[in-house]
Amino acid sequence: MSDWYREFANSGLGTTITKNLGLPRPAVLRRYEPGQPLLPGPAVVGSAGAGRLRDEVTQLLKDAGVTVVSPVAADGAADGERFGAVVLDATGLTGPGDLASAHDFLAPAIKRLRASGRVVVLADPPTETTFPAQAAARQAAARQALDGLVRSIGKELLNGSTANLVHVPSGAEGSLASPLRFFLSGRSAYVDGQVMTVSRAELPGGEDADRPLAGKVAVVTGAARGIGAAIARVLARDGAHVVAVDVPAAGQSLAEVANEIGGTTLQLDITAADAPTRLVEHLRERHGGVDVVVHNAGITRDKLLVNMDAARWNSVMAVNLQAQLDITAALLAADGVLKPDARVVCVSSQSGIAGNRGQTNYAASKAGIIGMVRSWAPEFAERGATINAVAPGFIVTEMTAKMPLGTREVGSRLNSLQQGGLPVDVAETIAWLAQPGSGGVNGQVVRVCGQSLLGA
Amino acid sequence: MAPQTRKAAIVGGNRIPFARSNGAYARASNQDMLTATLDGLVARFGLQGQQVGEVVAGAVLKHSRDFNLTRESVLGSRLAATTPAYDVQQACGTGLEAAVLVANKIALGQIESGIAGGVDTTSDAPLAVNEDLRRVLISLNSAKTLQQRLKALAGIRPGQLVPEIPRNSEPRTGLAMGDHAAITAKEWEIGREEQDELTVRSHQAMAAAYDRGFFDDLVTPFLGLTRDNNLRPESSLEKLAKLQPVFGGEGGTMTAANSTPLTDGASAVLLASDEWAAEHDLPVLAHLVDAQTAAVDYVHGGEGLLMAPVYAVPVLLPRNGLTLQDFDYYEIHEAFASTVLATMKAWEDPAYCKEKLGLDAPLGPIDRAKLNVNGSSLAAGHPFAATGGRIVAALAKQLHAAGPGKRGLISICAAGGQGVVAILES
Repeated sequence: MSDWYREFANSGLGTTITKNLGLPRPAVLRRYEPGQPLLPGPAVVGSAGAGRLRDEVTQLLKDAGVTVVSPVAADGAADGERFGAVVLDATGLTGPGDLASAHDFLAPAIKRLRASGRVVVLADPPTETTFPAQAAARQAAARQALDGLVRSIGKELLNGSTANLVHVPSGAEGSLASPLRFFLSGRSAYVDGQVMTVSRAELPGGEDADRPLAGKVAVVTGAARGIGAAIARVLARDGAHVVAVDVPAAGQSLAEVANEIGGTTLQLDITAADAPTRLVEHLRERHGGVDVVVHNAGITRDKLLVNMDAARWNSVMAVNLQAQLDITAALLAADGVLKPDARVVCVSSQSGIAGNRGQTNYAASKAGIIGMVRSWAPEFAERGATINAVAPGFIVTEMTAKMPLGTREVGSRLNSLQQGGLPVDVAETIAWLAQPGSGGVNGQVVRVCGQSLLGA
Repeated sequence: MAPQTRKAAIVGGNRIPFARSNGAYARASNQDMLTATLDGLVARFGLQGQQVGEVVAGAVLKHSRDFNLTRESVLGSRLAATTPAYDVQQACGTGLEAAVLVANKIALGQIESGIAGGVDTTSDAPLAVNEDLRRVLISLNSAKTLQQRLKALAGIRPGQLVPEIPRNSEPRTGLAMGDHAAITAKEWEIGREEQDELTVRSHQAMAAAYDRGFFDDLVTPFLGLTRDNNLRPESSLEKLAKLQPVFGGEGGTMTAANSTPLTDGASAVLLASDEWAAEHDLPVLAHLVDAQTAAVDYVHGGEGLLMAPVYAVPVLLPRNGLTLQDFDYYEIHEAFASTVLATMKAWEDPAYCKEKLGLDAPLGPIDRAKLNVNGSSLAAGHPFAATGGRIVAALAKQLHAAGPGKRGLISICAAGGQGVVAILES
């Protein structure tokens, strides 16, 4: 699906016209390809207050082959080199006064950010403190201030650059590597303005950066087309054997997807009463268990609430929410099928966060997924597993291609990146959550929405 | 040489939904359908880029250009291009015979895995040039001088533009298969109502099997078709009773409903040694235990065209120490409802069993509750060479679901007075 406006805005004549008229200038986003360097340029790392992560971050970047530049060089350096990323360690904040140093570091650095650059801010969760009451309030205020700061930076950044905030509680420092790499890499092309929290976890080492899912078995529901097919392709690219699941009626395209990626098909109506059992038995018999489960299958049956019949309501609930609950429960209950370090990723939606006219059923089901994920996260953590949700915003698919031009154009521009995302953007985020190294990302809801204005 | 034989395992199967002639698959060739069916099987069992021992399949109605139909389909599929393949053809017995051939090579240790299949289209049928025109064209081709060529061309007549259309009739009798079946139905006094009952049961059983997801891992949709479009879940005795007979003339009992329609479709079955299946983490649904073919002299011998399986089964049973009642499921191909009924009636008839089959006692009745439990050809339709694969895969799944040690009997009648029967065991 081509974005005609983005192509126009990036053409010679289009550049002149859009600049002079002050029209949106959506960039061509930097997207991940295997073997690609983590960043297209050096990273500048700084801190606000006496942060505890700076050394670790610097080392991590160097290990990934990134040149790390000191903040001094950022401040009016002569060579004019532009940065691939700006990373701020804000774990040293004690009160609002410290925020000035955040500003001092960020302003000159961001000025020299390249296209598709990255701003990542690392901080403690606002309310997690050992300080007494008054000092705690000052600290929480400063930490929470970062939220507004980062989201605003996200809206100010141009040329496909993004800004995200990662909360790192004390003791969870070891979990930072995977999310930091994700937010810096092209995998997070359409993830912008997000705030997430890592947690302490036992992580395996020695992951192959290009094939982090090698040897893993992944189930993807709704894999016959659209976002599900993209998820299957990306998981396979990252090394997983994909069991592609979809309704029997979608079997022909499902087989095409599976054959393309060397996966296997399982034609299954996930709402059937025996579907959880059949899936569990299939995984046990054919694959000896499962490492990654992606609950992607979903349907829409739009109608204003007052006009919505029971069939519309029930079918959406059955596919989008109840099936995820039933299948996950069956996997948890089946002895040895869900691997101890399993990764479950549930596809929610921006509609589940912001609500959407005509989608009471869909939005309710997608919000329900978020509740389910948060409720299950502690149990998954005990097993060494994780469960997370991904909430796509405006993603360009066959479905959106059928929308009227005006609605589609407006819908796709209402975000900081001024364009719709691609199915692969959702898939990359899911593949990241599925990595063994992402064990410290649990119970999170990651929006893939280009920092959409809706529900932000 | 393998010192001893082993039983070939049936791992699973795949078919496309069967489509009534000149319908959903009107533009699909045999090769299109067989390739899609192989690809669905590859996707189900993760065989991309793999070489299986052999792919054996065939079609009854075949274009002359399709002399290497199966090999060409393999080359167009996701299987390794180094997978050998050959074509077989035994009329409606093709699919089952292909499975027997693959199973036998596995049993002998000559191959470790193989795919048996079949495909037929009555829509994209081969039309041949009129026989007179063909002779003219051959003379023209062999003519050496201008004079000879002109002489050959002078033999062309307008009437020769009418092509040879393949007919569903026996070359030696000129009778359609349905006409032959009608003769048998009359001889065995098979009533209209019992044929219609069998037909309704077939439709209902198959619709129920679809509804409970039985075909989820046996069928892959093709060209927008997700279920066999001959299937009539709402079929009833009242509706069927209104139809006019199409075979058997005055007082005929055979209608368009209790006879199978012309159908397009394809099927494939994955067979292997137990070891190969285990190595590939694939299930063993059942084993192909034994098989038997038979043929009858329907031209001069006074036997019905479709009665050969009646002869094959009493050869197969004693060889395996079994009686007709020792089976948990029976799959008797429903070419016509009357064929199934005549087959069972013959096995129950003491005189017939003694005189024709040379048996001291009749084979006896079979439990109707175990017959074609997931529907058969009257519901699905019958793309000739694809029927065997449909039955083998579905029966193997049914036996596997019933538990270990369950037995099933397959009986398929074929044109030319032939029949193929086989035993599967889970």
